[in-house]
Amino acid sequence: MKGIRRWGPSLLFVAPSIILVGVFVYGFIGRTVVESFSHVVTRSGRTRAPGGFGNYAQLIGDSRYQHALWNLLVLTVVFVAGTMIFGLLWALLLERGVNGEGVFRSIFLFPMAVSFVAAGVVWRWLLSPAQGENAVGLNKLLQYMGLSQLQSSWWSAGRFNMAAMAIPAVWQLSGYIMALFLSGFRGISTDQREAARVDGATELQLYRYVLFPQLSPIALSALIIVGHMSMKMFDLIYSIAGPNSYTAEVPATLMWAQMFQLNDATAAAVNATLLLIIVAVLVVPYLIYTNRSEKG
Amino acid sequence: MSTTMTAPATIAMAPRRRRRRSRSEKSLTALQYLLLVFFAVIVLTPLYLLLVTSFKSPAAFSQSTAWFVPNSFSVDGWAKAWDRLAPALGRSLLMASIASVVSSFLGSLNGYVFAKWKFPGSHLVFVLFLFGMFIPYQAIMIPLQAMMLQVQAHAPWFQGIPVLILCHIVYGIPICTLIFRNYYATAVPNEIVEAARVDGAGAFATYSRVVLPVSLPGFVVTLIWQFTSAWNDFLFALFLTTPNNGPVTYALQALAGGQNPDYPSIMAGVLVASLPTLVVYIALGKYFVSGLMSGSVK
Amino acid sequence: MHIQRRSLFVAAAVMAAAAGCGSNGSDSSSTATGASTAAGGAGGDVGVYTWWADGSEKEGLDALVTLFKEQFPNNTFVNLAVAGGSGSNAKAKLASDLANGNPPDTFQAHAGGELTDYIDNEQVEPVDDIISALGGSSVYPKTLLDLITVGGHVYSVPCDIHRANMVWTNTSLLSKAGVSSDPTSVSAWLADLEKVKGSGVATPLSIGGTWTQTQLFESILAANLGQSAYTALFTKSGSWTGSDVTRSIDDLKQALTFANTASDGDDWVNATDMVGSGQAAYNLMGDWALAEFTSKGLTWGKEYSSFPLVGMDQTFGFLADSFTLPKGAKNPGGAKDWLNLVGGAEGQRVFNLKKGSIPPRTDVPASAFPEYQQKTMDSFKTDKIVPSIAHGAAVSLAWSSEINTAMSAFYQSKDTAKLQSALAAAHDKYAA
Repeated sequence: MKGIRRWGPSLLFVAPSIILVGVFVYGFIGRTVVESFSHVVTRSGRTRAPGGFGNYAQLIGDSRYQHALWNLLVLTVVFVAGTMIFGLLWALLLERGVNGEGVFRSIFLFPMAVSFVAAGVVWRWLLSPAQGENAVGLNKLLQYMGLSQLQSSWWSAGRFNMAAMAIPAVWQLSGYIMALFLSGFRGISTDQREAARVDGATELQLYRYVLFPQLSPIALSALIIVGHMSMKMFDLIYSIAGPNSYTAEVPATLMWAQMFQLNDATAAAVNATLLLIIVAVLVVPYLIYTNRSEKG
Repeated sequence: MSTTMTAPATIAMAPRRRRRRSRSEKSLTALQYLLLVFFAVIVLTPLYLLLVTSFKSPAAFSQSTAWFVPNSFSVDGWAKAWDRLAPALGRSLLMASIASVVSSFLGSLNGYVFAKWKFPGSHLVFVLFLFGMFIPYQAIMIPLQAMMLQVQAHAPWFQGIPVLILCHIVYGIPICTLIFRNYYATAVPNEIVEAARVDGAGAFATYSRVVLPVSLPGFVVTLIWQFTSAWNDFLFALFLTTPNNGPVTYALQALAGGQNPDYPSIMAGVLVASLPTLVVYIALGKYFVSGLMSGSVK
Repeated sequence: MHIQRRSLFVAAAVMAAAAGCGSNGSDSSSTATGASTAAGGAGGDVGVYTWWADGSEKEGLDALVTLFKEQFPNNTFVNLAVAGGSGSNAKAKLASDLANGNPPDTFQAHAGGELTDYIDNEQVEPVDDIISALGGSSVYPKTLLDLITVGGHVYSVPCDIHRANMVWTNTSLLSKAGVSSDPTSVSAWLADLEKVKGSGVATPLSIGGTWTQTQLFESILAANLGQSAYTALFTKSGSWTGSDVTRSIDDLKQALTFANTASDGDDWVNATDMVGSGQAAYNLMGDWALAEFTSKGLTWGKEYSSFPLVGMDQTFGFLADSFTLPKGAKNPGGAKDWLNLVGGAEGQRVFNLKKGSIPPRTDVPASAFPEYQQKTMDSFKTDKIVPSIAHGAAVSLAWSSEINTAMSAFYQSKDTAKLQSALAAAHDKYAA
């Protein structure tokens, strides 16, 4: 009784949120999962979904889905690597303090304030595949710079085409990663640096043995954030490649096509569930890990 | 998610070192500036293109001279973009404002409970909330859309912006909760809460008298964060609204996706649709950055 | 795929509409005989769902609404137009309204294959009686009626026709290359493309995003196969594995070698403009391209021209907008009034004048229309009508989406066998 009097009101505080999150997140996930197992036969007698795990086998065996998964892999690798490299590099360039640091920081961060849709409109044009005399966008710029041989069809062709789709994503998010690393560097007390210097450490050794190890938690969370953003990436691809692009298709955009082009809500639910599992595989261990280290 | 995280922690400026620099250090600094300027130019390139294109007259625009500055300035593109986007801008403003205020408030309540007034199982609930931050929204979109359509069948007014407000509130709860929890964990000493408790103050009295008055920095962070993410959202808009009753991102998509490649007005539209978040960002840049920090779940 | 077709010869259309006013009274009384409903209409609200919310499409709809009020004063028109009708929320809302038995009184859909899902789900009623009261095969071409008949029934009333298999040309580039006459087969066209390339044009053919390539392919296919073989592809017994399909894919492959590099999502407008500006000599596009040339101040027959891509038969690739009678509509009488209006001669005259398309009825006087539309109306009467894949006339949405996916993959791989097997697999999956 005393316990309830003690924590009852606090439970009341969070009750609205618990109900909302319970219904809108976990309830809906449950409905999606149930939908993903359903057995569907069209009126004309075609078995659209065999039901149960057969639905999963059907989607995983579909070459269109495999193509989307491959695209997602390429996109994620380049996106994560790109943001980490540029983010860290910019943070390193800024962390020792330069004149106009605020200006540079703002410049690197501003793409973050722009929506993916708005950025996509510009990048769609920049990444136009036309070359030679019809070239526009980046290809035209490369011509002006005398780098015609670097012209590319960008995301429109090639087995690793999604690497080009990662360019605008890297443009948008690198500043964010920079800000994370920068706050990490600033969180390390100057005493530690001075101590290392007094011990005769070179600048390289200082970074290698003193600063970087302390940044690894930040690097990990940056990795998780960018990684899961990549898997959810929809707006940018929709905006750059259009709503029905097969070439630039990833599971998140395929789900839209399944819903509204193929009229197959079950396949969309299977796809969404698999996407959730992929993200969970990445995020849950991280949540458990940070949670544990917090308790300990 | 370390409890020791101080939100909102702005990036401290590096301490100025007044040491005399050696020659090699000087050349290193020169290289440093060179690189910084180089990267800044690259990052700003799309912005340059946006600006020069938006001020060209639609008739004079040519793909082949797109990279050049306009021969004559024209605001026709801006006028057209404004005409097309103004109603949606208003809707976005309404949506993002209400959604960010409500979800911040809920986040503040939750954060307070999870940080200072725990109940059995509160930790598990907190972690379950956090996972809600990471889910791909595709996983909830089909039932969400179905439910909204069902509600609309009974309440026809419930479409467009009200729907999005609800969604951004609900799906904003996790991040706001996290930010406030981390903030309260450090900004509000346990002793004060305990003292209030000993004085016989209940959970709500403690919240309103002790916690809420010091919450402003937390609110600034969540408001900025929520405002920008609601403003920039496209996925919910696409599934739950139409270009006629949806936010500016959808209207921009409709403007850019139309068959008429009127680049000056499209590029002006990009700027018009991004202006509010850019203003928020320029005016409150410091807090924006700390909002990013807090969102990092570190 | 929803294409916004902008007004053609707006000025001419306005003049023609004004000229038509004199005969308005007699026309409306004659079409009223097609209606089996009470004089003045069934009464009540009539909710009409369309995606005609902008431009010439909206003007066309407005013209229809004016006429509707005149002919059926008892009815109240309720405009349920949704901008971006192909948008996902609009589509989901229509689907859920239909599934929940709360449909609009009538909704717009492409006539033909795209109705398959609605028919399959028993969400739309047959409109055979309305079609026959409107005049049936005496006013609608029989081949058109056959193409939109499913299981012995027609499920929507067509109100406009666009031609899909038109090749637009830059006249000065062609004369420079010494191409003086329109090709009468795909291979003759490919030879002309070669000639144009030889004359120094870097991009003889312009293409846009995936669906424009599907439209190019369907036009090649129909030209090579002829009406009956092409139309048979969309029936259960049809086969996509034949050598004529292989040849058509190879023709497409060859045509693409003359084309610019395109992305999946590229607009058709950019590709069409390339012909107008002299960057390309040819572009295959529906006849809504005319409005784009007009908007650039170009004149048909002068700076640019056009010819239908034909071969085995004089094919007319069509797509049509139409209206349905949903099951469970609250005001079926009012919906039938609307169907009678859009299916009637006067309704089709005022609507198509504004929209820039042509009437599906063959008894609408051509003299009221601008020159290009008159020519198209003539061809529509005499040519062999075939349905468009890219625009919902031939196949269901899911089927055409699958074809588009295969086309996009083909654009990368240029693998004839792979495309053909994908097309055959899509047929086996969806043909009924």
